[in-house]
Amino acid sequence: MLSTQKISLAKVAAKAFITPLTIRTFASSAARNVSINLHEKSFESYNCEAPALDVEISKEELVRMYKSMVTMRRMEMASDGLYKAKLIRGFCHLCTGQEAVAVGMETALTAEDKIITAYRCHGFTYMRGGSITSILAELLGRKAGISGGKGGSMHMFTPNFFGGNGIVGAQVPLGAGIAFAQKYQGHKAATFSLYGDGASNQGQVFEAYNMAKLWELPAVFVCENNRYGMGTAANRSSANTSYFKRGDYIPGLKVNGMDVLAVHQAVAYAKEWTVSGKGPLLLEMETYRYGGHSMSDPGTTYRTREEIQHMRSNNDPITGLKQRLLEFNIITEDEMKAIDKAARVEVDQAVEEAKASGEPDISEFWTQIYQKGTGVPYVRGREPEEFHRY
Amino acid sequence: MSTTLLRSARLASSLSSISRTFLHQGAPVKHLHTSLKTHYAASNSPPPAEGFLPGVANSQLIKHTHHDALRNPELAGVANGETKKMNTFQAINDAMSIALATDDTACVFGEDVGFGGVFRCTMGLADMFGRDRVFNTPLTEQGIAGFGIGMAAMGSTAIAEIQFADYIFPAFDQIVNEAAKYRYRSGGEFNVGGLCIRTPCGAVGHGGHYHSQSPEAYFAHTPGIKVVVPRSPIQAKGLLLASIRDRNPTIFMEPKILYRAAVEMVPVGDYELPLGKAEILTQGKDLTIIGWGAQLYVLENAIQLAQKRMPGLSVELIDLRSILPWDVETVCNSVNKTGRLLIAHEAPRTQGFAAEIASTVMERCFLRLEAPIQRVCSYDTPFPLVFEKFHVPDMIRCAEGIERAMKF
Repeated sequence: MLSTQKISLAKVAAKAFITPLTIRTFASSAARNVSINLHEKSFESYNCEAPALDVEISKEELVRMYKSMVTMRRMEMASDGLYKAKLIRGFCHLCTGQEAVAVGMETALTAEDKIITAYRCHGFTYMRGGSITSILAELLGRKAGISGGKGGSMHMFTPNFFGGNGIVGAQVPLGAGIAFAQKYQGHKAATFSLYGDGASNQGQVFEAYNMAKLWELPAVFVCENNRYGMGTAANRSSANTSYFKRGDYIPGLKVNGMDVLAVHQAVAYAKEWTVSGKGPLLLEMETYRYGGHSMSDPGTTYRTREEIQHMRSNNDPITGLKQRLLEFNIITEDEMKAIDKAARVEVDQAVEEAKASGEPDISEFWTQIYQKGTGVPYVRGREPEEFHRY
Repeated sequence: MSTTLLRSARLASSLSSISRTFLHQGAPVKHLHTSLKTHYAASNSPPPAEGFLPGVANSQLIKHTHHDALRNPELAGVANGETKKMNTFQAINDAMSIALATDDTACVFGEDVGFGGVFRCTMGLADMFGRDRVFNTPLTEQGIAGFGIGMAAMGSTAIAEIQFADYIFPAFDQIVNEAAKYRYRSGGEFNVGGLCIRTPCGAVGHGGHYHSQSPEAYFAHTPGIKVVVPRSPIQAKGLLLASIRDRNPTIFMEPKILYRAAVEMVPVGDYELPLGKAEILTQGKDLTIIGWGAQLYVLENAIQLAQKRMPGLSVELIDLRSILPWDVETVCNSVNKTGRLLIAHEAPRTQGFAAEIASTVMERCFLRLEAPIQRVCSYDTPFPLVFEKFHVPDMIRCAEGIERAMKF
């Protein structure tokens, strides 16, 4: 049994980023936890210690991670289809390929921790409690949408997820503010502010770093480096592409963002770091998007198809986790196929529900400009005498 | 690209333009090795128009033929030259091409301008003029503005692009506090006249909160800068060249819906249109209507609609063109003639630029006014995604405004 196990491990290792020598399983496959060794190149640290390379995690958690990533990918593909069918208008930024970041992050955090990110937010919205129907309905601009259909792709929010922000870089100082409020209110929790390689050069990002360090805020700044800021390669926009070192006085950690367990480990480490009072930390997730910047970008004018294909074949987060699940006999191929199928069914159903939802009522045009009942007694309509009264 | 090659390329292109304009030339001079077909490096024929303003293609305001285009007295300088079918982004591309060719210190920079820009306004410029003159900046609007101001302070011509007008706000401090006040605060020692910031603005049908705004009113409130909004390809090329060459910092707001929707026969030569001067598009005696940018096509349709209900209605339609400084004389002369005024713009009503025009006209033409000045603008809400059609002053609302003005 051992020899067959070693042979199959070697086959896996040839494709994935794990070597046969670094995997241990418990003798009894009925044990709830597995201990997985991450690849030695998973982390690179700056002014701090890297987290441990061995991850102890329950089998249920691993299966949940798999399910989440598969569902997320299905959801993004459904959005792709809906956009091409012109049911989704406006802007639509998909995170296909970057699933490991959202999933790995969520499994390491609690509902008390807060996340804020930029416009590539559908995956995070889903992980932070948004239903697939409400996400798709929001994309379609329908009543059932998570923001009532008023926000669109870039503006999705849940009670512990602050969006979904259109202006690049603007969410980072916001994240510092949220972290400050958490510290002030005595929550033992952290705020994760995400931004991309393009946004990392915004001045306000550095302003946020400074405030976070000065006041030792429980803020974790996460640069999702997918190598391209829209169409500009990282090395053509940034004088220093070691994004995890850009915090200067803030310690940093570079993480293989295509490996959901590495992300999980790093995020757990970062939360512990900030909540224990060591101040802010910077994470750089090395990740990749298969699609273009948005649906109007084919994604092939500034990078080669070979590169995209290479990343898909060799570094796909879902495939990587799948191989681990199979190797550790956590679930069988058939069970995996069942999960895939269930995800497809779930997303298809959500698409139908979202499409069935109607457009928001015209009265919603006037709501939520100001707080209800305060300040503004009316908003002027199109004629001098016409007012919309609250 | 070597400097000698660059210089000869530029020389060749400027020579070819001059020869075409003045000498009526037929066969191109064969030994010059640049593309003599056209200044701009973008593709020859414009791509099909699209967008939610299909009326633009049928508009009377668009100059569809060579003769129509050159009949304009403001284009006297290129009246004997060729015209070429161009849409707005090609016309803007052509203007920048000419600016780069005729001004050694001129540079074009912004996010993603190197490959041609998200709206193709800078197509081919990097290839033609070199990557040391047409280059990408990082994702930093405040940096772009400040950097452009610094360059201009040294006497260079800085043509900066802010990718969408909605993103101009990080640069707001630089524009208002640095660019606008440079000449004044240094007692004339320095100025940033060479700065021109170009930015796509306006509704596009699906832009939502951050790809649709028209921020001209914020900048109109700042003495020291100029704000210009073109309505068509011919206007865009002339006004952009004027804005670049005007020795005052200028913000050039390009209605993005018109990039492909508006196609005209544009003179290929080097010409400028005057800043600070409005243009009367149609003469009339009953009502003066003012608009700018894409709103003019909406107003044209609104006028047609209103004329069905009020036959014989004679409207004077004015394109303001420059928001700052705005042509008070032309507007007031017109209102003194007609006695009624309607202003329409896409920006929200409260404190939109129509308020400034209305105030000034009230001061100057108070006794002549036969009806209250009508302002037809977007509602005072953030620019919505699903509710866009309701939010903007469409032709029905504008037609109603016309009726209100006439039936007072």
